[in-house]
Amino acid sequence: MKGKVIKYHQKNINTDLIIPAKYLVKKELDFLANHCMEDLDPDFADKVKTKNYSILVVDSNFGCGSSREQAPLAIKASGINYVIAPSFARIFFRNSINIGLQIIEFSNINEIETGDVLEIDVNSGEIYNSTTSKHYKIKKQPKFLQEIISDGGLVKFAKKKLI
Amino acid sequence: MGLTITEKILRDHCQNKGATAGDFILVDVDKCLANDITAPIAIEVFEQVIRGTRKGVFDPEKIILIPDHFTPNKDVASAAQCKILRDFAIKHNITNYFEVGRGGIEHCLIPEQGLVTTGDVFIGADSHTCTYGALGAFATGVGSTDLGVALTLGKCWLKIPESIKFRFFGNLREWVSGKDLILYTIGKIGVDGASYKAMEFSGEVISRLSMANRFTICNMAVEAGAKNGIIAPDDVTSSYLDSIGATQGKSYQSDYDAEYVETIEINCEKIEPQVALPHSPANTKPISEVNDMNLEIDQVVIGSCTNGNIEDLRITAKILKNKKVQHNLRCIIIPGTQETYLKAIKEGIIQILVKAGAIISTPTCGPCLGGHMGILGEGERALSTTNRNFKGRMGHISSEIYLSSPAIAAFSAIKGYISSPILI
Repeated sequence: MKGKVIKYHQKNINTDLIIPAKYLVKKELDFLANHCMEDLDPDFADKVKTKNYSILVVDSNFGCGSSREQAPLAIKASGINYVIAPSFARIFFRNSINIGLQIIEFSNINEIETGDVLEIDVNSGEIYNSTTSKHYKIKKQPKFLQEIISDGGLVKFAKKKLI
Repeated sequence: MGLTITEKILRDHCQNKGATAGDFILVDVDKCLANDITAPIAIEVFEQVIRGTRKGVFDPEKIILIPDHFTPNKDVASAAQCKILRDFAIKHNITNYFEVGRGGIEHCLIPEQGLVTTGDVFIGADSHTCTYGALGAFATGVGSTDLGVALTLGKCWLKIPESIKFRFFGNLREWVSGKDLILYTIGKIGVDGASYKAMEFSGEVISRLSMANRFTICNMAVEAGAKNGIIAPDDVTSSYLDSIGATQGKSYQSDYDAEYVETIEINCEKIEPQVALPHSPANTKPISEVNDMNLEIDQVVIGSCTNGNIEDLRITAKILKNKKVQHNLRCIIIPGTQETYLKAIKEGIIQILVKAGAIISTPTCGPCLGGHMGILGEGERALSTTNRNFKGRMGHISSEIYLSSPAIAAFSAIKGYISSPILI
């Protein structure tokens, strides 16, 4: 997968910043996407669309706070395919796995900037920053989670393996 | 090597009888919960999972649905969300659906109704589900997809967490409550200080705390990133369960040689009432320091799943009795449940609060998450007994939220600025 980065170098970006509660009255994905991250950057949704950003890079403990699944849903619906952060808050992490939003734990976010083009191969566990020509190794998810991810999320996993 | 209480409960609820911290398991859930924000998506997921199968809900008596966040319906869109819950509850014979007027804030209501007990595995599509760890249960917040799958399978995937042991010792100073202990702890370890881990609260101070204070402590474990907070059941737990007529479950205790990633000793003699400053629950300071900052406030909120218990209302009334809320400050008080509301009426608490100039709200999460019933305007400052003071959470992005116990909130409501009770 190849994509362009949009980066916010901020720790503890919480679920209220990702999607404020006032928008949780509706579950339509386009609606959620339009308001995604707006209290952090009012132009986020527009930027992602017009500049074709598909990789969100953020600092540690991303997604802390509420259990609202609307947070990863809004990010995914906005056009982001991968989120890269040194660490993710627990419920955000499992929600992302469950809905099929790819998340990558990676600590060298200092070496990635907005506009960089990354090539990501989660199967081989590699990231190549083609803007800076640097290669990185990333930690693979545990086998149990890889199965859910490769099935495309928990619904498909549950239908295939559990019913 | 022995096991922690968390490991024991989870091991007994899965197929892998040798499972310990770090292992992924499919856990059998005793109860699962969703609210008006998380259930509509969970119900969609449920429909997707059962499509083409003969499956239905796994057990209608083990599912709890509570419309509490944007209720009483704040607008047409939230009315539509609540209708999804109501229709689902009727269709699937969900007995534990609590209509507005017969329920309250989920994490106050569920223990009160005896819907969770010692040794249970409880998952809820709400981050503050960790509250019930106070009863010696494993309780954790999950998302809507997890919940949707659990609605039909009665199972959830989990990684058994490692545990951090917190041992509180010494004597509590005057006005120090469970809220102050948990704010102090989060201030000490940070908002990701217990990420993915179990916070096991123990020590002589915890043993002496009432259930209301224990619920408050476990409620905020998620604010340190924890998977669950837990307190081993003891006599206080049993008396509480007896008093509400709830069934006693299996009483698990950590082994003396259980493995912890860390043990943190906290000397309570030194802890003052705490205030968390904007915009993080970990940004805590002792009240004496905050008092000197002369922070004028526009609104006080007393209630929420963190501090909506009758004990919280009693202390609030004790402080506000024959006093007046500062004239240009709004003091919003929210009993956690209808039963708590009724108790407060019977005990004369509501009369004291209304006479003091406070407004009493129906049980709702309302202002805590910026839903309704007390939204902050531009540049306004609130002192609240809720659990999160993230930027803009209660309203305008420029507004500020400070977190404290009900006692500090009530004192400050009289003074009009965040103030120490010692100076009243």
